[in-house]
Amino acid sequence: MTLTRRQILLLLPAAAAAWDFVLAGTPEDAPNYKMTDHWWGMLLDIAKCIGCGSCVRACSMENEVPDGYFRTWVERYHVDDWHIENPTVDSPDGGKEGFPANGKTGGKNFFVPKLCNHCTDSPCTQVCPVGATFHTADGVVLIDYNYCLGCRYCIQACPYGCRFFHPTRHTAEKCTLCYHRISKGLTTACCEACPTGARQLADLKNPNDPIHAFLKTHTVQVLKPHLATGAKMFYNGLDGSVR
Amino acid sequence: MSRFKDSAHLIPVAALFVLGAVAFVALRAAVIPKSFGRYGPYRGDALQEITSRPLVYAGHEACEGCHPDVLEMKAKGVHAHVNCESCHGPLAKHADDPASVIPVKPDVATLCVRCHSENIAKPSGFPQVDAKEHAQGQLCNTCHQPHSPGFDTGGKK
Repeated sequence: MTLTRRQILLLLPAAAAAWDFVLAGTPEDAPNYKMTDHWWGMLLDIAKCIGCGSCVRACSMENEVPDGYFRTWVERYHVDDWHIENPTVDSPDGGKEGFPANGKTGGKNFFVPKLCNHCTDSPCTQVCPVGATFHTADGVVLIDYNYCLGCRYCIQACPYGCRFFHPTRHTAEKCTLCYHRISKGLTTACCEACPTGARQLADLKNPNDPIHAFLKTHTVQVLKPHLATGAKMFYNGLDGSVR
Repeated sequence: MSRFKDSAHLIPVAALFVLGAVAFVALRAAVIPKSFGRYGPYRGDALQEITSRPLVYAGHEACEGCHPDVLEMKAKGVHAHVNCESCHGPLAKHADDPASVIPVKPDVATLCVRCHSENIAKPSGFPQVDAKEHAQGQLCNTCHQPHSPGFDTGGKK
């Protein structure tokens, strides 16, 4: 079995066509929005949250979140005197319709808005067996709904309870940080609807973003810092009782 | 060179190996979505699917273009930082087609208390009232101008 020069010359174009087909999946031009120019996070100011639930309603309408499920929600904390390890926490319907009086008097009372922390080293992404959940270059954790098998590993892995199983789509579901909005230069629906500025979208790569000045002068914490998830939701004035 | 006497036997094996490799590469290229790896180790089209979701909240910049009078009124009062859609609800449809989609005015009876009803968990500096005792059945906008509810101005507070 020997190849003549003529045969090799005939085979070359076929090989080139095949190679082109193989390469077709490699990087192409990026769209107008340049992912690498951004690194998204959010600032949540406990001292400003009034528990009105506007963020929860806005999120639910913007993203068609099914009733009884939440991409973002608000918790009400009640801490009695020194019992910071045993706070009373409630969140009626995720705080969607506000918080009716719960009969608590005295102690320390405050609201904590919660959402996906868009962790830099997210446990949910690490456990996905099919690579359906991923980090974008601008620091957002998203789900490929076509790839997701619905095995729910990620829902168990998230230490913040930020994921849920979509009842009709039968895939995992979570906050996208309103990726369809922030990639168009808008803020997220929850930040847009927040009347007090308790939630502010922050672009950590933008040197002119007010978050940098804020971080310098305030006592800011992320949730469960001991888990080293690289959470990017920064809470101002976060109480030690918050889990 | 007797060691290479039967080297011709290697050719079918090598050919099989090459065939297998080509089949693997071709199959891999056919099975993996074309957009995989465009931005990272995931299907690039998933991003397009997520970003193609229509807007529901237009964003306050969209409102301010056509309603500069409200913006001006708001800017003077304590509601300056409250975005339009925080009270008026999502209005991207109205922003897209202002003539045919007319937004419904919010119901003052339920709107204001959503933020301003008394609650022990609210920050103490936030203005909050027991609506029953404070308004005694009157609607909030009888006394307060919602777009600029100042505390110490004359006339409409």
